[in-house]
Amino acid sequence: MEKPFAITLDVGSSLANKTGSWRTHRPVYVDRLPPCNNQCPAGENVQAWLYLAEEGRYEEAWRKIMEENPFPAIMGRVCYHTCETACNRGALDEAVGINGVERFLGDQAIKYQWRVEAGAPTGKRVLVVGAGPAGLSCAYHLARRGHAVTVLEGSDKAGGMVRYSIPKYRMPREKLNAEIRRIVDMGVEIRLNSPVEDLCAAIAHHGCDATFVAVGAQRGRHLQLPSTARVPVLDAVQILRDLEREEAVPLRGRVIVYGGGNTAFDVARSAVRLGAIESLVVYRRTREKMPAHRSEIREALEEGVTLRCLSTITHVGDGVLTAERMELDAKGQPQSTGETETIVATTLVLALGQDADLGLLSGVPGVRVADGLVEVDRNLATGAVGIWAGGDIVPADRNATVAIGHGKKAARQIDAFLRGEVLRRPVKHELASADKMNTWYYSDAPRAIRPILEAVRRTSGFAEVVGDYDEGTALYEARRCMSCGNCFECDNCYGVCPDNAVIKLGPGKRFEFNYDYCKGCGVCISECPCGAIARIPEAI
Amino acid sequence: MEPQIIKFYQTGSFAVGNRLLDDSQRSVQADMRRSNSLNSGHRACQGCGEALGARYAIDAAMQATKNQLIAVNATGCLEVFSTPYPETSWQLPWIHSLFGNAAAVATGVAAAMRVKGREEVRVIAQGGDGGTTDIGFGCLSGMFERNDDVLYICYDNEGYMNTGVQRSSATPPAARTSTTATLGADPGNVFGQGKFVPAIAMAHEIPYVATASVAYLRDLEAKVHRAMSLRGARYLHIFVPCPLGWGAASEDTIRLARLVVETGLFPLFEAEHGEVTGRYHIRNRVPVEEYLKLQKRYAHLFGKRPAVDTIGRIQAMADRNIRRYGLLGEEA
Ligand SMILES: Cc1cc2nc3c(=O)[nH]c(=O)nc-3n(C[C@H](O)[C@H](O)[C@H](O)COP(=O)(O)OP(=O)(O)OC[C@H]3O[C@@H](n4cnc5c(N)ncnc54)[C@H](O)[C@@H]3O)c2cc1C
Ligand SMILES: Cc1ncc(C[n+]2csc(CCOP(=O)(O)OP(=O)(O)O)c2C)c(N)n1
Ligand code: SF4
Ligand SMILES: [Mg+2]
Repeated sequence: MEKPFAITLDVGSSLANKTGSWRTHRPVYVDRLPPCNNQCPAGENVQAWLYLAEEGRYEEAWRKIMEENPFPAIMGRVCYHTCETACNRGALDEAVGINGVERFLGDQAIKYQWRVEAGAPTGKRVLVVGAGPAGLSCAYHLARRGHAVTVLEGSDKAGGMVRYSIPKYRMPREKLNAEIRRIVDMGVEIRLNSPVEDLCAAIAHHGCDATFVAVGAQRGRHLQLPSTARVPVLDAVQILRDLEREEAVPLRGRVIVYGGGNTAFDVARSAVRLGAIESLVVYRRTREKMPAHRSEIREALEEGVTLRCLSTITHVGDGVLTAERMELDAKGQPQSTGETETIVATTLVLALGQDADLGLLSGVPGVRVADGLVEVDRNLATGAVGIWAGGDIVPADRNATVAIGHGKKAARQIDAFLRGEVLRRPVKHELASADKMNTWYYSDAPRAIRPILEAVRRTSGFAEVVGDYDEGTALYEARRCMSCGNCFECDNCYGVCPDNAVIKLGPGKRFEFNYDYCKGCGVCISECPCGAIARIPEAI
Repeated sequence: MEPQIIKFYQTGSFAVGNRLLDDSQRSVQADMRRSNSLNSGHRACQGCGEALGARYAIDAAMQATKNQLIAVNATGCLEVFSTPYPETSWQLPWIHSLFGNAAAVATGVAAAMRVKGREEVRVIAQGGDGGTTDIGFGCLSGMFERNDDVLYICYDNEGYMNTGVQRSSATPPAARTSTTATLGADPGNVFGQGKFVPAIAMAHEIPYVATASVAYLRDLEAKVHRAMSLRGARYLHIFVPCPLGWGAASEDTIRLARLVVETGLFPLFEAEHGEVTGRYHIRNRVPVEEYLKLQKRYAHLFGKRPAVDTIGRIQAMADRNIRRYGLLGEEA
């Protein structure tokens, strides 16, 4: 080529200069574990389903939940949502309203009758005892894996304590029924009114290849109080059960509930709705120490329930109870003071916790029971080969979410057992902790308020207290999610690289580094809002 | 800056892109077909703010002019790291002449285009702060005063970085450079000297003057677009951190470019014909220490006996900017 004066070389491109050789550290895309997912006892991939919901892909979002938990409409109401306590957004403004979005998705599924299909039949049969959240979750996950499941349930309806304890104003029954029906539609057989008294006999009778026991803790704890027995002393769980069966419950006049857990408040709030003159919760420690959920206490107070803390009931008399005032010692333990007072009472309800009736396990070789709970290993296997146990009857937190998680875990183990495989624990990803995030990039967005029924309208019946998010609000809440630890295609890395060393692969395909030119400056790592890029030293 | 009404889309317009937004509402940099005017393989340091700022600005101008663009470059890092003979990183017609004459050369190129009847071809002159606020200042002022049809972009890294971090008239007080040692009673660059060229440009009452920072991409692109929609002399002053010259970590480039604005030390505004027409309101105000302590050029202000007075004087500069440019918005 003819060259101008003093020019001897052709024009070249700087692409010939592979600046990647300068690098001492390389950026690498990772998926870190969001704190919500890490926290969820049912193992939901919260961030992933919020991601889908953000785009309005509700059915896909719902299916993402269903991979882990068959009860979004139930969970979106009664789950204690510790995910929200763990949510990184809490440090920024307020946690994402995960629970409300879950409920929205669960209700969408019921409205549009989205279904889940059972897996291709494996020819194996599994027996599940107890149709509570643990048993049903296990049955669902087994059915998805193609196993035939028979659930034996002692009472006349499925749902366990979610049906027989949680009042309707917190858990509307049509939603509960719809989510259970969906599992039955997958081919799971639930035999009602079939209490198991001897597990070995039941296994032999039903000829199954594996068993999951989840009979829950149904028996209210009793307390022998010195009494002249003129005030009826009732059991909280029994009352809630009768309420569900629409049998007459004697919650009238002055109802005194003894205990500080959720059960106490469910009874106290039910009493208000049934027209009690007074509904008083008596608890021996302070209000801060109450195991009941804060929202539960708040809503109860709004409805007119009253509290008497640092107080123990010592005697049941003639239309009155004697209560002793307690004081906290230096260690924060309640101690007697000797000072007493009287409380006028029509009925006393004991809400002191529940025990499990494990009679069905007594003859099973290898199954050990200690402190009223079944001993299991970390995979929920009992000492007997082929028998797993979970939910309220094993040592763990007692709530529906944990029970659902147990059901899934046992189903995975049983599935592996039936296939003759050993399940390998997946490697846990590194936590997407707050320090890995760059929250500058998220829009300021206060949390949406969940509609709540006015207190006066609540106390006149059993209508649901907490309202729905409408679609716009659900979408907004989903979009408040910061997608901790998982790329959400904000294009920041692609934009901020001074060396054009990030390749954008297109919608849904994320990005790739071009290590030929990446100098390893780390700007993309610093500016990734969600902490989805790690810095790895180069082998030099 | 135009007030932007953005519905809530997770990151709004803070991030480069946003998968929830329509393509047309995303930044030029989010586009898979952006022109990458300054291509890979350039020899800028790791985390160079100037390389980033140049690509942001020129890509936006390329988009605004449908690629009918010529760039004239002053001597300086941007020129040296992008064009070691015979390679070039530039993917547009580009010309370099001298350190101090970029504005004059650009005037000439614009005149040539006009004579050839190619008025759709637009001209940008660009250079560092040394080339702009010091040696090229005469040519620049002439270009403004004649209202030549050029957008001049200054990439301000607060010193003569290419020749070894010497002080320029854009170097801030107290900063250490190789010519403002941290010795004596008032270590580092002196207070009360130097100049803020955007204000001088406004005094020329040219059609458009704006400041920008590489941490505020959408704002930067909007300003380039506005500038390219106008004819006559226009000036854009972009704040571009220099990890090497400032003794900062390479990954902190954008963080610094953000903190300088959120402290109030560098005001973001735009002006037309000498009047301020828009300003960025500080979103998350922070004390100047947050910005200073990330840079070794200010290390002498910290340590065992922090130079509280000096830091206070720098804070006072930030506070004055906030007052002068109204950077706090309504609540103020
Ligand atoms: C009043 C109250 C309120 C609660 N509120 C909440 C809440 O808001 N959120 C939350 O997460 N958790 C709540 N819980 C806890 C939650 O309900 C339980 O942790 C959860 O239901 C336990 O599930 P499970 O499947 O282990 O047992 P269960 O739900 O107890 O189910 C066991 C099932 O087994 C059946 N069964 C028992 N024995 C036999 C037998 N021998 N043969 C056949 N079937 C048998 C039972 O009839 C029952 O259906 C509450 C509990 C109570 C008591
Ligand atoms: C007339 C003249 N004097 C001095 C130089 C040497 N020189 C080249 S680049 C440069 C500094 C450039 O500083 P600045 O314009 O701020 O750009 P930066 O390198 O910081 O981006 C100097 C002094 C020169 N090229 N020409
Ligand atoms: S912001 Fe989203 S991903 Fe992060 S913890 Fe909260 S819900 Fe989970
Ligand atoms: Mg400079």
